[in-house]
Amino acid sequence: MRRRQRSAWIAGTLLAIGLACLPLLLQIGLGRSWVRIADLALLYTLLALGLNIVVGYAGLLDLGYIAFYAVGAYVYALLDSPQFGLHWPLWAVLPLGAASAALFGVLLGAPTLRLRGDYLAIVTLGFGEIIRIFLNNLNAPVNITNGPQGISLIDPLHFGTISLAAPHRLAGLTLSPPLQYYYLFLACVLVVVFIALRLQDSRIGRAWAAIREDELAAAASGIPVRNVKLLAFAMGATFGGLAGGLFAGFQGFISPESFNLMESVMVLCMIVLGGMGHVPGVILGAVLLTVLPEALRMLGDWQLNHLGRVVADPDDLRMLLFGLALIAMMLFRPAGMLPSPRHRREWRKDARP
Amino acid sequence: MSELLRFSGVSRHFGGVQALSEVSLSISRGELYGLIGPNGAGKTTLFNVLTGLIPPSSGEILFDGQPVHGLPPHRILERGIARTFQNIRLFPGLTALENVMIGRHARTHAGLLGAILRNRRTRNEEAAIRARAAQLLEHVGIARHAQALAGNLSYGDQRRLEIARALASDPRLLALDEPAAGMNPAERDSLARLIRQLRDEFQLTVLIIEHDVRLMMALCDRMAVLDFGEKITEDVPDRVRVHPRVIRAYLGGGEA
Amino acid sequence: MDILVQQLINGLVLGSVYALIALGYTMVYGILELINFAHGEITMIGAMIAVATIGALSGGALPIPVILFTGLVAAMAGCMALGYVIERIAYRPLRHAPRLAPLITAIGVSIVLQNIAMLIWGRQYIAFPPVLPQGWHTLLGARITDLQVAILVTALVLMLVLDLLVHRTRLGRAMRATAQSIPLAGLMGINGNRIISITFLIGSALAAISGFMVSAYYGLAHYYMGFLLGLKAFSAAVLGGIGNIRGAMLGGLLLGIIESLGAGYIGTLTHGVIGSNYQDVFAFFVLITVLILRPSGLLGAPATDRA
Repeated sequence: MRRRQRSAWIAGTLLAIGLACLPLLLQIGLGRSWVRIADLALLYTLLALGLNIVVGYAGLLDLGYIAFYAVGAYVYALLDSPQFGLHWPLWAVLPLGAASAALFGVLLGAPTLRLRGDYLAIVTLGFGEIIRIFLNNLNAPVNITNGPQGISLIDPLHFGTISLAAPHRLAGLTLSPPLQYYYLFLACVLVVVFIALRLQDSRIGRAWAAIREDELAAAASGIPVRNVKLLAFAMGATFGGLAGGLFAGFQGFISPESFNLMESVMVLCMIVLGGMGHVPGVILGAVLLTVLPEALRMLGDWQLNHLGRVVADPDDLRMLLFGLALIAMMLFRPAGMLPSPRHRREWRKDARP
Repeated sequence: MSELLRFSGVSRHFGGVQALSEVSLSISRGELYGLIGPNGAGKTTLFNVLTGLIPPSSGEILFDGQPVHGLPPHRILERGIARTFQNIRLFPGLTALENVMIGRHARTHAGLLGAILRNRRTRNEEAAIRARAAQLLEHVGIARHAQALAGNLSYGDQRRLEIARALASDPRLLALDEPAAGMNPAERDSLARLIRQLRDEFQLTVLIIEHDVRLMMALCDRMAVLDFGEKITEDVPDRVRVHPRVIRAYLGGGEA
Repeated sequence: MDILVQQLINGLVLGSVYALIALGYTMVYGILELINFAHGEITMIGAMIAVATIGALSGGALPIPVILFTGLVAAMAGCMALGYVIERIAYRPLRHAPRLAPLITAIGVSIVLQNIAMLIWGRQYIAFPPVLPQGWHTLLGARITDLQVAILVTALVLMLVLDLLVHRTRLGRAMRATAQSIPLAGLMGINGNRIISITFLIGSALAAISGFMVSAYYGLAHYYMGFLLGLKAFSAAVLGGIGNIRGAMLGGLLLGIIESLGAGYIGTLTHGVIGSNYQDVFAFFVLITVLILRPSGLLGAPATDRA
């Protein structure tokens, strides 16, 4: 027992060192743009972990999840930009964004409680689109969201007067903005991973699992289905809202187009592809699906080097290959790249349709 | 013996079909009470109405003197009525132990903060849940399968697991929907022994639906007979056996 | 009054197209319980093939009806081949996989189809060649074009034929049996795989026809058009009760009418605060309201969970 604990400590320490050094290595090896990609991967990890609570833990197929990302992002953008001339501090804006998203999660979750499976999917999809369309049109009669133009000049993430958009020197090292974002996002991811793992292995987590496995049996076993479902929606939305706030401050510009259905679908792909309900799998899925399209951008260079010219637009090709990769990965690993040990067992024993 | 559960004039219809009409029953504390009747007589509907899965169209259900009709399922379970299902409904992808731990939900309290902070109180509660669940698995005789997925257990063990899950909520009334279905005679006998033993040990009142009339006659203290949603009679097995309407409606088919 | 009639006509035409696409979703769902996410893209491919074929032929000496017919047949052949291949490659191997796995391959397929279309036909809108009849009639003070009449009549006939096929023929009975349970149907000597393939073929053919209609109606085709079209049609299928063929027809027609009326009146009703740019909100809003009141759709069997 003690030995296992010690090896866990060693593995944890190595992992921490690895994660801390990763962006520096990326910057040296692949260039600064890759640090930005790592930042995005962390944001998507936050999103995927949040959606995993709803879909993976509680089994509620939510196709409008990106709406909560949008709520968090717009809360940040409206309170920290020239749009209304407000510049609230981070410690107020981020929690407010997460809380607003949670509120939306409950408001949108409440009417869907009786719906099952694919009906739930289409209703959440509808809500997601409705929120996006409202964001798109709430520039008249009163201009709130600035419509399709979106909100620009959003304040970068900042602690007091320290803005993460400006480089800082620390212990002889110059920390570029992408590096600083990386460490902030990494901290958020670690907190969310911690919460997700603790929730999974708890009375609440078991209640979610019960609903996922058999809603009726769960109700008859004393699970207050309604509240437990709403809690899942709210928790998932909270993480989504947090990620949205970080995204707005990181990007400096948001518009409704950043929150279309394809984004929801992407996040869903991340968790299914990685291994639903299994935190390490979900993280792998998020990182993989963020990095893969970016890595495929290099196809243009490859064509130049090997064929002498660009035969096909790399931007078109990369999404094509991405789609093919999605299909191939699912065909070879239908339970995900890194399914939980339990699902693996289940999958081997009996393949229920 | 004092009364634990009373149905008065409970009806339930689905569209034009009268699944239960004006059913009145009275079950005393500590009784093993059987519910028999042909297929489609309304037995399972009665269970669903009792456990809050379906609200009654009219009538009253009093449990320990308090009305429970119209309450949501989890509230009814909190009051002390737990059930099993005719077509076993476990959480197939979870382990046997987890299934029983979920049954403990209504008697425990840890919330979101407890789960995240995992403070002493939550840890103690978790340990207690786990210990209690293990103990119940032991009681129903499937402790060796604690870490097996419920969906992979044998049929008989799944039935037992479902009973253990129901017991985890510390019920006063245990409602078993065809617990012996699909079992061979030896398994049935051992199940009957288990039910008696559980009643005595946990001071339960047990309500059973079962098709095996011989088993029911041997097991139950009293029984009610339903036919077409109506109660034909409610009596001790020896008198039910010879009741003319019962013979006509149910036993007449060659089983008597 | 004539605005009302006009919007009803427009809605009916649009709705009949939605209904045809919705049928593809609902038939596949009825049998496999799979949201064939790629179905909208198949419709798009149908539109693209039709427009491209007609465009290529319209300079020549062939008479216009022949050109149109060739375009339609080419689109149907292309889409049916595509639907068949997609089912074989991306769905069949996953029939016993965890529930969401085929949904992800479906999403993969639709991304692939979109990008293939973009590689072949480019990013710009493609105009439907000007070979269509331009006539129109007056009906109750509103205008109905020949094209609208053609779309509406064709769609209604197709729906009738499909309904007869499913409810009156041996094949239809086999399809319904397979929808109940693939293994059980197998015991009755029904080859489930064959039925599933046929279902995809029929659905894809209908998608091709709808794609042709949409591109003719709006005079445009675009590699991205399948997405919203598919979304609306899927909503229509759910609105009617997914898995239910008549439900898909009803849902499609209703959604078209609702959208059209919504777009026509919402501006006046709200004094211009909410304009027709909220058209899509309107469709989803109705869908959500219906589902909340009737969680299994209009014609879907209520999900009475027998304990």
